[in-house]
Amino acid sequence: MSSTDVLDEVVGSEYKHGFVTDIESDILPPGLNEDTIRFISAQKEEPEWLLQFRLDAYRHWLTMDQPDWAKLNIDPIDYQAISYWAAPKSKDDGPKSLDEVDPKLLETYEKLGIPLAERAALAGVAVDAVFDSVSVATTFKDKLAKEGIIFCSFSEAVKDHPDLVKEYLGSVVPTGDNYFAALNSAVFSDGSFVYIPKGVRCPMELSTYFRINASNTGQFERTLIVADEGAYVSYLEGCTAPMRDENQLHAAVVELVVQKDAQIKYSTVQNWYPGDENGVGGIYNFVTKRADCRGDNAKVSWTQVETGSAITWKYPSCVLRGDNSVGEFYSVALTNNYQQADTGTKMIHLGKNTSSTIISKGISAGHGQQSYRGLVKVAASADGARNYSQCDSMLLGDQCGAHTFPYIEAKNPTAQVEHEASTSKISEDQLFYCQQRGLGVEDAVSMIVNGFAKEVIRELPMEFAVEAQKLLGVSLENAVG
Amino acid sequence: MEKLLEIKNLHAEVGGKEILKGIDLTVNYGEIHAIMGPNGSGKSTLSNVLAGREGYEVTEGEVIYKGKNLLELEPEERAREGIFMAFQYPVEIPGVNNSYFLKAALNAKLKHEGKPEIDAMDFLTLVRDRMKIVEMDDKFMSRGVNEGFSGGEKKRNEILQMAVLEPTLAILDETDSGLDIDALRIVAEGVNKLRSPERSVIMVTHYQRLLDYIVPDFVHVLSDGRIIKSGDKSLALELEEKGYGWLLGEDEAA
Repeated sequence: MSSTDVLDEVVGSEYKHGFVTDIESDILPPGLNEDTIRFISAQKEEPEWLLQFRLDAYRHWLTMDQPDWAKLNIDPIDYQAISYWAAPKSKDDGPKSLDEVDPKLLETYEKLGIPLAERAALAGVAVDAVFDSVSVATTFKDKLAKEGIIFCSFSEAVKDHPDLVKEYLGSVVPTGDNYFAALNSAVFSDGSFVYIPKGVRCPMELSTYFRINASNTGQFERTLIVADEGAYVSYLEGCTAPMRDENQLHAAVVELVVQKDAQIKYSTVQNWYPGDENGVGGIYNFVTKRADCRGDNAKVSWTQVETGSAITWKYPSCVLRGDNSVGEFYSVALTNNYQQADTGTKMIHLGKNTSSTIISKGISAGHGQQSYRGLVKVAASADGARNYSQCDSMLLGDQCGAHTFPYIEAKNPTAQVEHEASTSKISEDQLFYCQQRGLGVEDAVSMIVNGFAKEVIRELPMEFAVEAQKLLGVSLENAVG
Repeated sequence: MEKLLEIKNLHAEVGGKEILKGIDLTVNYGEIHAIMGPNGSGKSTLSNVLAGREGYEVTEGEVIYKGKNLLELEPEERAREGIFMAFQYPVEIPGVNNSYFLKAALNAKLKHEGKPEIDAMDFLTLVRDRMKIVEMDDKFMSRGVNEGFSGGEKKRNEILQMAVLEPTLAILDETDSGLDIDALRIVAEGVNKLRSPERSVIMVTHYQRLLDYIVPDFVHVLSDGRIIKSGDKSLALELEEKGYGWLLGEDEAA
């Protein structure tokens, strides 16, 4: 058997989270206009200013075109064919505690391996779970409240902490920032809100799990995390969706506000349904994520493991405004079968002695195509700014592709910007060596790929690192030889 | 003596070209066989065919190992059945911890044998013990597999793997190539310490010098895909003295 045959044979793994939960949902008919937005806002009993925020975003969105600069083939999206609201029906207005959550929902999260109930205590993780458009449960709220930490669904935050939301919403990613961010700002349904007060170190990992269940729906969640002066928080998001033949749109916005001496560590394990082995179905993951280091010595780290989605368009970015602020981006992206990814980061150096690190590891198998796209911008004000970028690509087979688009704009002569890039193939020699030591082909590939991605995986919190390692292996089952 | 490996009339090709043209060889438990021969005689092809490497097509003949048809087994199954190949050029696997790799290999073998996996503490004890055999330092275990190792360090790492995996049949493919005399001594002494009545070794080498350190029971000379002469260790010395031309001439005359 030639190595290409073995490669082909290993491509075509089963998506483990592809089950559909049979649950009664309230779904808004497909279509998007100002009434849709008013409906969503009314459903959530939002204040007038938030409705206005949405409507402004919508009107702006109407004037914009979907971006086409990424190296992606995207089938035209009919925005009128998407339902912008899907919520599991519940007896009352919504679950007040875990006991009130529909057992079927809990079962769904059990299947996903999410420690929603008291098991969470053992893991030391507080979880907010977003099912379609609605946040269903947030664990550990009371314990966190004692520290003054707010961790709740976005809708609750609007009700209970409207001043905080009003102050920070849209302050990092303005409503008209880009096409998908504008759409999200108009129709976002729910998401998570975190506020860590001054000087508080969040005692546990905070985590959100997103799941798309209803068909023909989009998911537009909104996450806002504020770390006040000297605060610290580590936050993780995980994502899954059922297997469906049609593409589903996921356009999220994540805003991080990092004040003086504060730190946010944001980790993502993205495993949205990637489509089948022929490229049918799968999630369009078009996400805007940005962190604003507003004060001196602020630090933000983005760590992402992206194995899912049919198409990924995502550039978690850092605005390094405060002096000595630090931005980090660690990424592993894997594209198999017909998956496409155009992902990377933007590091905007504005403050003095700001530094940024970019470590990007791309793995392509099958007919997968991926691009690293990164911008390092050093403003005239950023004396002593430093950046180090490293972009490595690994190819499995000869039908896939890896591309690197680094952009550097330096307007300050004291800036130091380094960029390294490499492309490698899993060699037959490496595979045979592993086999000769008794390892099966799939285990060998998983091991080699995890070795390649190690610098990024080790940045993840422990329990998620284990999950990410397994995910890399599973996503490549039948992918290589 | 009990047969471990029996090769009968083995023909094999690489890229459509016949390299092995009828090899017959029997290896009993506990024996060390040296396969010598000039470049291009088929020595490495024989090693790779036995290990099951892709691209080496057997066109005729059979190989019986432990009473079973070896050629039906995948490379990893052969490994788990106790065949170990020390590579001429061990590859680097960046980012994969050497110790983790070796433990995974050992556990694959233990699982195949129906035994429980080894726990971390027992494994550490085992590896520390075996590292003495090749005079290796602890620091090599926390590095990537062969990552940044010198030629000698890579070969020592091969013998360490052999010491931990305890194969029934070890194939040393040009293990002496690229080694200075000190590294050669350490590697050879490592192999000698692993000699046992339950373990057989096939040493493939171009030069006689390895045989000064690892003394074989039998020496076979391979030329143009056939074993043209077999003997005891004195054959190697004779070759050293007279060169391969002596035998090749004899072959032509025959």
